Amino acid sequence: MAFRLWASKTSSYLRISVPHRGFASVAKDLKYADSHEWVKVDGTSATIGITDHAQDHLGDIVYVELPEVGAAVKQGSSFGAVESVKATSDINSPVSGKIIDVNAELSSSPGLVNGSPYNDGWIIKVELSDAGEVSNLMDADKYSKFCEEEDSSH
Amino acid sequence: MTLPLARNIRLPLMNLLRLKGLPILQQLHIEERLLRTSLDNWCIINDGTDALTTVMGISGKPLELLELEFVIQDEIPVIRRFTGGGTVIVDQGTIFVTFICNKDVIPTVQPYPRPIMNWSSLLYKEIFEGIGDFHLRENGTFMKLQDACYQLALDYVFGDRKFGGNAQSITKNRWIHHTSFLWNYDVKSMAYLKLPLRAPTYRSVCSLFSYLSFVFLFLYITCID
Repeated sequence: MAFRLWASKTSSYLRISVPHRGFASVAKDLKYADSHEWVKVDGTSATIGITDHAQDHLGDIVYVELPEVGAAVKQGSSFGAVESVKATSDINSPVSGKIIDVNAELSSSPGLVNGSPYNDGWIIKVELSDAGEVSNLMDADKYSKFCEEEDSSH
Repeated sequence: MTLPLARNIRLPLMNLLRLKGLPILQQLHIEERLLRTSLDNWCIINDGTDALTTVMGISGKPLELLELEFVIQDEIPVIRRFTGGGTVIVDQGTIFVTFICNKDVIPTVQPYPRPIMNWSSLLYKEIFEGIGDFHLRENGTFMKLQDACYQLALDYVFGDRKFGGNAQSITKNRWIHHTSFLWNYDVKSMAYLKLPLRAPTYRSVCSLFSYLSFVFLFLYITCID
């Protein structure tokens, strides 16, 4: 994983595309939406990004459309988009709240979403408006099974 | 297209919208509205647009992609569309074909770029049967998109000749895949577009760190194949 992260950072530095391989990882301490976003809750705030499964299927991400700080997000609704392989894909918020921070690094290094989807590739931070919504989301084991079923059905 | 073959490639039931000469900006407005507000599947065919127009992808930057002096001088409209991908220049000789689908309507196609492109290439393979060596090519040449960021290109080709541009947008429950086919075009129009740069070779990397990074990156790529 460290080698892969280093290779991704190197490819970002050299501004070239790198094929991605291997099985998608799932982080244990996060919650997951069926649209393949993750959320890490920390008190009354939360950090949001897209999962390793999502970035792997999307391919090399070349652009992230970030929302404005202060904008409202609603569980299940789109707040931004990523561009990869000629496609834009909506990013949907797993929780409702108000955006308190965006990862400005992604403007110059969108590949962070590929190389470090659960850490450096975070996308937004929100102040939660309803902490109870998190119970609607999947834990790591459930999400892993969900991804396996989704991949095997296609 | 014969019906038995169509069944093999799992065509969903679609509303067909046939247009002629609709301005590309209006077409894009219709497409985005149908993508985000309709529950039906759609196929839109627009036979040509009314005027020469440049259309960039969502992240397109005019300064990097267009010969701005000529574009401004000749008052060529420039549109940034809601889908990804590169820049095309379209006119009356361009045929636009668009598919808008609910994500589960084709069970074998996951709502991601490559599966959608693969599915569409099966469709077009039937259409172009006997016309040329049509296939989907993962282009080994790197394409410049923005700020010297490169990616591999997925293109429809006859042999090794690309003849159209593709792009997609994927929402939570639906996706759109649209293509601009260069049925006929004026070579002079290409002068409005900047040529995409090739990826830098290792010789253009000056610092020792960059050179070593490239070596390790090469090892990484070869190890994972």
